[in-house]
Amino acid sequence: MLDFVQQLVSGVALGCVYGLIALGFVLVYKATEVVNFAQGDLMMLGGFFAFTFIGMMGLNYWIGFAGAVAAMALFGMLAERVVVRPILGYPQFSIIMATIGLGYFLRSIAGMIWGTDDLKIETPFSQGVLRMGSLVLAYDKLSVIAATMILCTLLWLFFNKTTLGTAMRASSENMLAAYYMGIPVKRVVSVVWAISAAVATCAGVLLAPITFIHSNVGLVLGLKAFPAAVLGGFGSIPGAVVGGVLIGVIESMAGFYLPEGWKDVAPYLVLLTVLLLKPEGLFGLHVRKKV
Amino acid sequence: MRFLFKTDYEDDIKLFPHSGYLVTYGVLLALLLIAPHVLSSYLMSQLVFVCIYAIVGVALLILTGFTGQASLGHAAFLAIGAYTAAYLQKYNVPFPVYFLAAGALTGLIGALVGFPALRLTGIYLVIATISFALIVEEILARWESVTHGNEGMRVKTLSLLGVTVPRDSPTFYYLCLAVLVLTIVGTLNLLRSPTGRAFVAIRDSETAARSMGVNVALYKVKSFAISAAITGFAGVLFAHKLSFISPEMFTLQLSIEFIIVILIGGTFSLHGAVLGAIFIVMIDPFLTYLKDDMPGIIAGIAATFGAGPATAGSIQSSVAAFASLNGLKGAIYGIIIVLFVLFEPLGLYGRWLKIKLFFQLFPLYKRATFKRQKIYVKSERNR
Repeated sequence: MLDFVQQLVSGVALGCVYGLIALGFVLVYKATEVVNFAQGDLMMLGGFFAFTFIGMMGLNYWIGFAGAVAAMALFGMLAERVVVRPILGYPQFSIIMATIGLGYFLRSIAGMIWGTDDLKIETPFSQGVLRMGSLVLAYDKLSVIAATMILCTLLWLFFNKTTLGTAMRASSENMLAAYYMGIPVKRVVSVVWAISAAVATCAGVLLAPITFIHSNVGLVLGLKAFPAAVLGGFGSIPGAVVGGVLIGVIESMAGFYLPEGWKDVAPYLVLLTVLLLKPEGLFGLHVRKKV
Repeated sequence: MRFLFKTDYEDDIKLFPHSGYLVTYGVLLALLLIAPHVLSSYLMSQLVFVCIYAIVGVALLILTGFTGQASLGHAAFLAIGAYTAAYLQKYNVPFPVYFLAAGALTGLIGALVGFPALRLTGIYLVIATISFALIVEEILARWESVTHGNEGMRVKTLSLLGVTVPRDSPTFYYLCLAVLVLTIVGTLNLLRSPTGRAFVAIRDSETAARSMGVNVALYKVKSFAISAAITGFAGVLFAHKLSFISPEMFTLQLSIEFIIVILIGGTFSLHGAVLGAIFIVMIDPFLTYLKDDMPGIIAGIAATFGAGPATAGSIQSSVAAFASLNGLKGAIYGIIIVLFVLFEPLGLYGRWLKIKLFFQLFPLYKRATFKRQKIYVKSERNR
């Protein structure tokens, strides 16, 4: 029983990691209907920025963190301006390919600049564990869970309660109508990319003590976070976190109870099953058009 | 400029709309047939890879280009084809049998993947095919009694009708070329048949196709099966060419490469698959060439423009250092994809059409002819 609870807790922690990255996917999708395959690589780049500020320039952890978030927000806007805006409104396939290309580019450039070694950031959460009875949970994982919950709540509030959030939902639903209503759609899209890059950076920095930073970390985690976002039904912010936690728990349970090899496959099997039964994910909004 | 008068449907679906086509393709085929006697063995080997990639490109075009179903899982179909060949070979099954068996098995699996894909569109389909590919990759690594796991499998030399065909012999090249030509002709015929028309109708509008009486589910599954089967055939050739296969060859990276093939070549015509394959396969030798020769050339240019020998030397060494940077290839890949999506969405074949039209209409060419129509994003969720 204790094993089960311990696996469950570590699965939830792992799942929050995926959820945190998946949040970035969902944000961009929710506001622009664009699937950003470079999301994991934005996360990786955020981690490297933080490493540069904290590890190389010796800044305070929190200042370095904030600096990395700000720098990445700007970078997100730049990426949107250069790669996405010219093709916004063309078939989704081309945008997916463009972001895949962007991902390739970022990975190689990061490898050239920061080398191919695993980098580590010293964080206030690096050491120590929380003991609850015989349960053990490391602080760095707790920090990820807490950050995921906070960011998820903030983003949900932002999307549903603020004017800018409403504008974002409007521009994704019907861009032309949003223009007519006086929403500055281009600026809205810019802002959403900035936010999603910032969220990705938070993920990158918080993951640094757990997964380390290397140029392929974004690809590896992105491939897990992507099913998480789909499982939750791409357009839903709480769905992303729930999907992430589900994937994380499945993975850690499969790793513990099933023979070797199932750990990597189980999340995808579950994903395929869910897609078969509910093609729009668990929390997906899908209104069928009547003809 | 030539005007084609079409008086009936038969004229519209001719394989060769006018005699010019016969001449061009005849010359091309003749050139390809004498290639082994002219080109170096390294280039011949690359040409075999061009054939294999082009076969997969054609397969992917049927599914993505003409039926409108995106797939990032074609490396898995290639793997299934390759492993079927390698496995059956152990039991001394003759080449034609395992070649067809590989195609049949991948086609069957493709149809099985097609069924769940029926309800999925857009991004959900992409993730479903990625999941399928990752699962296949894991199965290949774990099912050791059949696939030998991560150790990989050795593929014996191809023997066709009692004659052994080494993987770098001209005969093997002719075999790949023959499969490619048959695939292309078969696909062209498929596309002008009612099935092909149904594919295109589904791509353009599923609702409209359904209301015209097209059985959307049936044709989607058909498209998946045909595309997978052709990829399976390519897999057999791929296995023989490499003579050794292991699970880590068939990763998501390879699936993405196949998508890049049709993206760069052009998704609206079979020419695109071939042009894209040439591009993808030849980019490696080209980058090696850049790495080896560019520093000297640039230094030479600098010297002719009056740079002293010391400056030229330092330019040469810095260019060489840049060219040998790790990951330069990935960066160039990325830039190429982005540039193509942004500036040449019709691909290399689209560029060729533009150039052709420019000369045909000489002073009257208008850039707007090929301009994409900008649409405004509307939620897919409400579609």
